[in-house]
Amino acid sequence: MQIQHNPGQFSNRRKIVAGIILATSLLLLVQLFLLQIADSSYKTSALSNYLRYVTDYPSRGLIYDRNEDLLVYNEAHYDLMVIPGQVSELDTLEFCDLLGIEVAAFESRLLQARQYSRFRPSVFERQISKTTFAAFQEKLFRYPGFFVQPRTLRKYTYPIATHTFGYVGEAGPNVISNDPYYRPGDYIGVSGVERAYEEQLRGQKGVRIRMVDVHNRDAGSFQEGRYDTLAVAGKDLYATLDGELQLYGERLMQNKRGSIVAIEPSTGEILSLVTSPAFDPGLLVGRQRTRNYRMLQNDSLNPLFNRALMAQYPPGSVFKIINTLIALQEGVINPQTSYGCGGIYHTTGISIRCRSHPSPVNAITGIQYSCNTFSSIIFQNTINQSKFENIQESLQQWRDYVTSFGLGSPFGSDLSYELSGLVVTPDYYDRLYGPRGWRSQTILSLGIGQGELGVTPLQLANMTAAVANRGYYITPHMVKAIDTPDNQNNQFGLANNIEIDREHFETMAEAMRRVMAEGTGSFSAIPDIETAGKTGTVQNPHGENHSVFVAFAPVDDPQIAISVVVENAGYGSVWAAPIASLMIEKYLTREVNRAWFEQRILDASFLTAHPEDAQ
Amino acid sequence: MTPQFNIFKSIDKTVLLLFLAMVTIGWFNIFASEYTEAHRHIFDLGTSYGKQLVWILGAFVLAAAVLTIDIRFFTSFAWVIYVSLLVVLIGVLFFGVEINATRAWFRVGGFAFQPSEIAKYGTILALASMISRTRVKKPDISARMKAFGIILLPAMLVLLQKDVGTTLVFSSFILVLFREGYTGGLVLFFGVVAVSLFVLTLIFNEFIIIGALAAITLIIGFLMRKKSRVIPQLIGLFMLLAVFVYSVDYTFDNILQPHHKARIEVLVYGGADLQGAGYNLHQSKIAIGSGGFAGKGFLQGTQTQFNFIPEQSTDFIFCTVGEEWGFIGSLVIIGLYTSLMIRLLYLAEKQRSVFSRVFGYATTSILFFHFAINIGMTIGLVPVIGIPLPLISYGGSSLWGVTLMLFTFLKLDAHRFEMI
Ligand SMILES: [Zn+2]
Repeated sequence: MQIQHNPGQFSNRRKIVAGIILATSLLLLVQLFLLQIADSSYKTSALSNYLRYVTDYPSRGLIYDRNEDLLVYNEAHYDLMVIPGQVSELDTLEFCDLLGIEVAAFESRLLQARQYSRFRPSVFERQISKTTFAAFQEKLFRYPGFFVQPRTLRKYTYPIATHTFGYVGEAGPNVISNDPYYRPGDYIGVSGVERAYEEQLRGQKGVRIRMVDVHNRDAGSFQEGRYDTLAVAGKDLYATLDGELQLYGERLMQNKRGSIVAIEPSTGEILSLVTSPAFDPGLLVGRQRTRNYRMLQNDSLNPLFNRALMAQYPPGSVFKIINTLIALQEGVINPQTSYGCGGIYHTTGISIRCRSHPSPVNAITGIQYSCNTFSSIIFQNTINQSKFENIQESLQQWRDYVTSFGLGSPFGSDLSYELSGLVVTPDYYDRLYGPRGWRSQTILSLGIGQGELGVTPLQLANMTAAVANRGYYITPHMVKAIDTPDNQNNQFGLANNIEIDREHFETMAEAMRRVMAEGTGSFSAIPDIETAGKTGTVQNPHGENHSVFVAFAPVDDPQIAISVVVENAGYGSVWAAPIASLMIEKYLTREVNRAWFEQRILDASFLTAHPEDAQ
Repeated sequence: MTPQFNIFKSIDKTVLLLFLAMVTIGWFNIFASEYTEAHRHIFDLGTSYGKQLVWILGAFVLAAAVLTIDIRFFTSFAWVIYVSLLVVLIGVLFFGVEINATRAWFRVGGFAFQPSEIAKYGTILALASMISRTRVKKPDISARMKAFGIILLPAMLVLLQKDVGTTLVFSSFILVLFREGYTGGLVLFFGVVAVSLFVLTLIFNEFIIIGALAAITLIIGFLMRKKSRVIPQLIGLFMLLAVFVYSVDYTFDNILQPHHKARIEVLVYGGADLQGAGYNLHQSKIAIGSGGFAGKGFLQGTQTQFNFIPEQSTDFIFCTVGEEWGFIGSLVIIGLYTSLMIRLLYLAEKQRSVFSRVFGYATTSILFFHFAINIGMTIGLVPVIGIPLPLISYGGSSLWGVTLMLFTFLKLDAHRFEMI
């Protein structure tokens, strides 16, 4: 059955609707006509058949040290760029001659650029010399599709702090496909501060739109520069480093494997971060970078490895600082509690050796003489406290104290590639021995800083800073101010508190002062500077033990907290402590007056020993 | 009714051919806007044009499926479809993923899908059903309220997804309501007044505008003082407009997202900010303007190939058309679109059932809104509102949504002599 056509009483309105549609189409067409045909300003002149987008690269931010001494700056150079889609007939021979390359190389480079894009510029030849640049500039009109792009390279005032600053490299294909800001040939901070502060350092690229005629000649700016954007220079950084101290630290660590980390306790600012062996940062700049990088990679001393952040050692005796503080806070001992030491500590099935020293010892003298017996007893008593239902709960609480010193996890500030370190969990022992299979004597080695513990030199220095502050630390970081020296970098300013009373830290400061005055570190006491320290010797199953030392000074107004690790050098008191002592003297007095003491360190070499790294 | 009904004999060939032409042209332009020599394979699913090919094939399947459905399905299930789409719109608020600051997407594998595109379809069905059942000569207040309610409900849900562009698309139904007598010409007139006030409010302080309105009201009131009957209406109108102006200001400051604000500001103030929102518009005008009369040729658009225009395969696809095909290309696209819309209107008027006619008008209105706003924004006539150019732009939701509408209407049209 068919139904009646029923247009309704408003059927006339169909004309209005159709009218609206036609009028709109007409309006769009008129505007398009104006834009595409009538308005010639959107077209380039008849001869200039395309626009060129010239990128203005801003200069990368400079890096100063904490005393506003310039450490990292820029030097100009030129890249020869190509837009394959615009390359036409050219005298290849003359071109190759000018550039000093083979014709075959010319073809293959052009092909490579074409594979990336016919329409976007690729780098044809990197960092051409000033003379080549001058020669090219004159003849450029003969080589359509080619142009010269000014860029900058990093230069370094001193060959120091290579790992900390990191380096700048060309953005790789991954970066380019993920971040539209980067184009082939652009530079990006690859590691260290250069990477962490990439956005501040790089600034903002500018674009100038130029008209180009068929002879590759500049035909002026497009629409009087209406669409150009200005480049914004990168921001300067003020590093927390003390350039002079860093330079001195790197000298002291020559021919040694290890690291020095110095922190200003009140701010968490890293004063120096030395890793050794290191290399000249200039090696990773410019045309030779890839070659040099490969060379460094193959170096058996592994100079690319940043020991200060990435080497992980059992802390050894310096860990007694933390265990003693925990015992005091838990009330397991008071400052007067003393135990006798006969040079060896026996408990069920286990004996721990000590050295010969006056007996009995308490919290202060235990640290002063680094007594293993005292440390073992108080650790067992801490773990065996009756208030805990089981050992798991007890070890967990101990672990919470330990991690509150910044151990066991990376700080996550502006440092790249930190290792997290290791603080054992109760779960680990449950899996190893079963939930009922372990007791305090099973894990006794934790009491003297051995066993399932791993700390980085940075964490050691930070732990020392926390003692210097008597109970808190500020997250260690590398950049003090951005843009101007007054524009403080406040993102790491919060205090990380440790739940241990200040009075116990005072006891510990006194104990560490005695280490330097009359204990294991007295050999390295600094005239006129009251220093607090703790020696450590880390057992190394692969060879000679590692020499470890932590210290802060002055005791009552700490300006510097420091950790020193010298691998395969033996006792902490013999090598690490003198280095720390020289660093403190240098930082606090700006000069070192103990010539023979300094010379002894400069002459020492531990590189020949055993190449095994820290575990 | 013939026992063996052949859909391919009854379907409107003009619309079918226009549809195929536009989808094909669209794909070539997406290809051109994303083309680099590194990706040469048409079927590379990592590229937009590779994905679009999948979407297009899907659209063909969808079209074929719609053509086989019994037409009574659309009338009987109109409300079921409408309500379930409302549920989906609520669902996407909670379970959707955010793309470009719009929480309106479901994601399956590498393909993202926007339910709000399909929501337009449900709204059309419900509106057509409601209007066709209202058997009065002149729609009364309650019928009008119903019609507005059907449109506003999904529009509000889409607005909650912060998808301002798609929300505005729902305003295109005003054309349908106008044709069916649910609104008078006055509403269209006030629409124009409202848009003008909207722009003026953004330029001037809202109190200056309200002051000016008050002055105009006083003058008119003085001139018409003899007809005392008009005075209360005049005052009512003034208050209404004052509230509108104030709420525009409030919306602009408190509801619109920064990028929307910036886009409107660019249009209103001429776009001093070339780094930000003005950038798109200027780059898009350069691209289209540099196309000239005949264009630069396929894959030869330097602006296009330099990727200076973001979202070029979606909302700014018209740049590629304008740059590579010039004014001729613009003419072809506008010609195809206008032909499609006029043809749809013509078919709609031929329908015997009100349901089919409303459906045809609604489909046309939606296409019209997208067409006018999308092309208008690339050439600086309207603010940059992120809505695609249907059938041409990259994106499956939009393509499928429009395919669904077009082919449902073609199906209804093929059966226009039957009682539904
Ligand atoms: Zn002892």
